Amino acid sequence: VLHVVRPIHTSQQRSAPVPPLPEKGGEVRHGLIPEEFFQFLYPKTGVTGPYMLGTGLLLYFLSKEIYVVNHETVAAACILSVIIYGIKKYGADVAAFADKLNEEKIAKVTDIKNNAIKDLEAAIEQEKKEQWRAEGRSYLFDAKRNNIAMLLEANYRERLLTVYNEVKKRLDYQVAMQNLKHQKEQDHMIQWVEKNVVQSITPQQQKESIAKCISDLKALSKSAQVAV
Amino acid sequence: PLAERRLRDVRLGELPTWLATRDFSPQGLLGGVQKAWNGYCNKYINVRKGGAAGVSMLLAGYCILSYGWSYQHISKISFLMSY
Repeated sequence: VLHVVRPIHTSQQRSAPVPPLPEKGGEVRHGLIPEEFFQFLYPKTGVTGPYMLGTGLLLYFLSKEIYVVNHETVAAACILSVIIYGIKKYGADVAAFADKLNEEKIAKVTDIKNNAIKDLEAAIEQEKKEQWRAEGRSYLFDAKRNNIAMLLEANYRERLLTVYNEVKKRLDYQVAMQNLKHQKEQDHMIQWVEKNVVQSITPQQQKESIAKCISDLKALSKSAQVAV
Repeated sequence: PLAERRLRDVRLGELPTWLATRDFSPQGLLGGVQKAWNGYCNKYINVRKGGAAGVSMLLAGYCILSYGWSYQHISKISFLMSY
């Protein structure tokens, strides 16, 4: 835990994003001496100054035997010539190869970066779409509420119908019972009356009625024969 | 401010005072060496299109240094005569 009050992030330089590498390194002449040396001597001695200085120094070292010429000198000369020949001949190819490797690396990484950016942008689009969808939730809830209301209504009406049917069935039963009772009473009364009437017809009355019927029939037949 | 100028901006007369302001403790020297090395790397090695110059200067410096170290041995006449 940082208790000390210390200003942080005060310098202007920022580490991220990392500043890009410079394109080319410092200028170097003949592969050994930086250009700054020549520029340093230019105002006083012009263009040939450093070369004169170099020649003078070389002659001084040789003459005073500060640089001793022995077998190592020959060996160094051979090695240096081979190296310089190799660099001059194959330098460009090696540089192109190295640049290609670098390019591949950078391309791979930028691919990853672009893919990540694309994925994130797609995710942002999705998110915006989801937000837009979420705005319509009021409609969704209205529809759901309507559905539920319809279900309730349908249920209520169903039960109402059931109640009605049940009540009707009970009332029909009562009506049927009454009708049945009425009918039974009627039937019973009719039967009883018939029975009593039949019982009351004595045999004598039966004979009288039969004789009357026969005489009526005779009279009718006579009238019918006359009519024909 | 004398203490913050680099060596190339210091006049000849001010050299002793400038040397007095420099930090010659081990940490100071180490810091100076580190800064010099980082400056060299950033200028000649950590670039997009480096060349042979970056490492060849280091090799040349090494050659000259090793020649200086072995000068005493090379300049003896016995060494010169035995080859």
